[in-house]
Amino acid sequence: MVSHWQEFWKGITKLNPVFVAALGLCPVLATTTSMDNAIGMGVAATFVLVCSSIFVSLLRKMIPDNVRIPVFIVIIATFVTIAQLFMKAYSPALDKSLGIFVPLIVVNCIILGRAESFFSKNNIVRSMLDALGAGLGFTLAILLISGIRELLGTGELIIFGIKILAIPITPAVIFILAPGALLTMGLLLALFNALGVKTAKKTSCSTIASGVKE
Amino acid sequence: MENLLALAISMIFVNNFILTKFLGLCPFFGVSKKTESALGMGLAVIFVMGIASAASWLLFNLILEPLDIEYLQIITFILIIAFLVQLVELFIKKYSEKLYNALGIYLPLITTNCAVLGVAFLNIQENLSFIGAIVGGISAGVGFLLALLLMSGIRERLELMEVPAPFKGLPIAFIVASLMSLAFLGFAGMI
Repeated sequence: MVSHWQEFWKGITKLNPVFVAALGLCPVLATTTSMDNAIGMGVAATFVLVCSSIFVSLLRKMIPDNVRIPVFIVIIATFVTIAQLFMKAYSPALDKSLGIFVPLIVVNCIILGRAESFFSKNNIVRSMLDALGAGLGFTLAILLISGIRELLGTGELIIFGIKILAIPITPAVIFILAPGALLTMGLLLALFNALGVKTAKKTSCSTIASGVKE
Repeated sequence: MENLLALAISMIFVNNFILTKFLGLCPFFGVSKKTESALGMGLAVIFVMGIASAASWLLFNLILEPLDIEYLQIITFILIIAFLVQLVELFIKKYSEKLYNALGIYLPLITTNCAVLGVAFLNIQENLSFIGAIVGGISAGVGFLLALLLMSGIRERLELMEVPAPFKGLPIAFIVASLMSLAFLGFAGMI
């Protein structure tokens, strides 16, 4: 039996949703223009993951197998709506800069993937730990990417209005534009490969979303 | 009445869904190894995006807004898109085997594709008319197909190249996409 700690820790390391599984790539690239955005996205996605894990694992014996994907989607969509309304009310600026990527958390395959492969098969404690681990793994990964992009793209790191770090370079604006996101992600994956970390060979979102069992 | 041509060009080139908006990256990296499957996938996406745009526009403007229940947007949009795609799939399967073989296998894969849901949200956010929403949806799909075809062409050649070991597979695909995205930046300011 896997210990509770491992259930949590695997989401951050060997099953990291971003670098190892290459899941949820759209928000990873689109919301990492600044660390503020990445923090907002990470917190929102983790909230949805943990809340969905509670409901899916509690209801897992009641959900008929052939309608499980629509049921998961409705559960996830409920919490995404809550997260979006909350963000609109308390942090409208963040909501505006994340744009449609807040409602699109609903089709983030990290959440559907974990619901399908883990929450629907495990009890609530394990599911919550797994969700927390995956959420944190996702958040740390996008923080890393956004940190690199913000530092190289603007020459400084600013989190919630406080300047953390500044480097004396001419900012390469390309890093906060679209090509920089793809470049950073490609180089990071190559770096992890070179360091011997097993990273994704392909993206597997589509197979999860369609409910095809591998 | 918005300018439909400008809208279409903007959706295909300037705001290309994959390369500048980062919507639908999973199928972009997943199904871009062969030109043939990229074409099938792209056509299926155009089709679904057109339907999804029309359905979500009608749903929002005829039901959600009059009843003042816009907060149900996320749940209802994803359900209606999933439902419609299933329906279309059944329909095609029954009436045209040829079309089903060409597009059918890709249809379930794109139900929960973020590009499809994304175009539905964007149409509402941009306050487009019904026709505008459909044109926007279809041209976003055309932009998707364009990026996918370009990518698959490059990746087929890449198979024959000697790529440094750490870059094999996804990393080099990301770098290639980055360069393509850089090229597409050139379209900015066109509209």
